[in-house]
Amino acid sequence: MSLLSVENLDITFGRRRIPAVRGVSFSLDAGERLGLIGESGSGKSVTALAVMGLLPENAHVSGSVAFKGREVVGASDKVLSDLRGDEMTMVFQEPMTALDPTMTAGRQVAEVVRLHAGADPGAARQRVLDILAEVGLPDPARAADAYPHELSGGQRQRIMMAMALVNRPDLVICDEPTTALDVTVQARVLALLDEELDAAGAACLFISHDLAVVSQVCDQVMVMWRGEIVETGSVAQVLGDPQHGYTRGLVATARLDLARPGSRLPVVEDYWTGGGRP
Amino acid sequence: MSPTYRLDSVNRVYGNARSRVHAVADATFDVLDGQRLGIVGESGSGKSTLIRMMAALDRPSSGQLLFRGRDISHLPEKDLGDLRSSVQMVFQDPRSSLNPRMKVGDIITEPLRSPLLRQRADVPTDRTERLREVMDQVGLPFSLRNRYPHEFSGGQRQRIAIARALSPKPDVLIADEPVSALDVSVRAHVLNLLLDLVGEYGLTMLFVSHDLTVVRHVCDSVIVMHRGRIVEHGPIEEVYNDPRDDYTRTLLAAVPKIRV
Repeated sequence: MSLLSVENLDITFGRRRIPAVRGVSFSLDAGERLGLIGESGSGKSVTALAVMGLLPENAHVSGSVAFKGREVVGASDKVLSDLRGDEMTMVFQEPMTALDPTMTAGRQVAEVVRLHAGADPGAARQRVLDILAEVGLPDPARAADAYPHELSGGQRQRIMMAMALVNRPDLVICDEPTTALDVTVQARVLALLDEELDAAGAACLFISHDLAVVSQVCDQVMVMWRGEIVETGSVAQVLGDPQHGYTRGLVATARLDLARPGSRLPVVEDYWTGGGRP
Repeated sequence: MSPTYRLDSVNRVYGNARSRVHAVADATFDVLDGQRLGIVGESGSGKSTLIRMMAALDRPSSGQLLFRGRDISHLPEKDLGDLRSSVQMVFQDPRSSLNPRMKVGDIITEPLRSPLLRQRADVPTDRTERLREVMDQVGLPFSLRNRYPHEFSGGQRQRIAIARALSPKPDVLIADEPVSALDVSVRAHVLNLLLDLVGEYGLTMLFVSHDLTVVRHVCDSVIVMHRGRIVEHGPIEEVYNDPRDDYTRTLLAAVPKIRV
């Protein structure tokens, strides 16, 4: 049995039923890392939120999301909040908005521990300091007592990762986790994520518009275009020998390093105009 | 002929006696007419402070900053007409740099209504005609001039910002991370547009980015900044292929590459 199995997921929004995701199916095995690429508005984040059961009230969902055999679509808040933060967790793009500005970083991590493990405050504190050290914060005690605005972008994203990893989840969903970071910080955070996922044996659904980043983290990759998955396969296959016109265009535009400086860059429309099949 | 810009030991220090931040330290370089200079560095490296001083949106704490031979570091606003009309900027996030309450036609022609700019002889006076021209140059249909920014996609909004920068016929274009907030597929379109325009009008360009690969594509030379200091300066191919400074090497190594 797959860890996560998504079948025929359809998501529309509002009374006008504006479609966001159409007929999406995929599965993820324990420890597997699956990348999800596509441009803004293609439905990547909506798919991730559906898996987490975090879609807003005005979303209409049909199809199935089974996590360890349990159905997430239509599940009660009680069932979902037992899963979230414990067995499946999420790292968001912008830690400044995802973290609570009025709580110290340590308390936010401790909250995740205590909600699920029910540990007493003293034990939780130790667990928090351990995980903060593990995600590479040089002075865990100081970071724990700091408010989010007192930390740098890279440090904040490490706090987010600590929250996502502290309960040893089976699935971590990362939604553009390094897009807001500087390249050198991004490189460190990605290396750390790689290590931590390995150590926890956690599977990962990794959302990004950056093909290079996905190729460094993931084994498998799916390409989304206007709510549908247009191509899926191993990273080597999809990024090395793309079959769908949209994927070919996406790969071509991303290979800035192959373009002669100053020359006209290839654009997606050179490969795929969106009309009919490629 | 004097260079477009000449910077001599330009410093910018923020803060007070207790805590001082040296945002830009000892910047010394020239920008020649028609040069396409990339300015690369991470958040907090001082690159935005540097270009803000070059656009006279901020003033140096010390040092000389010459624009076309004239020291602008302490010029009052009323004497900045030459610079204001010749230097235009494009910012990173067109969502916040375009006024949401203005129609795009008014946004694009706003520089033409500035009294500082109208001092110059060659500033276009027929605003409707100029609007038609620049919208055409950036690939936006003239018929969309009465729409508001939120009705456009991110890539189109950046085209609006570029059209606004072009409308007073500037000589210098300062672009501050103009493609960082855009999808890769949109990035290619905007870079192609910038290169076309810079080539066609012989613009001098300052292009700020954290991404050396993007800078390599659009610039002929580059400055690498680290903690307020210029750590490397040279022709782009030299710096890209044979970086001298350790920090430049770190920066290049950190750029993610597609691994297949």
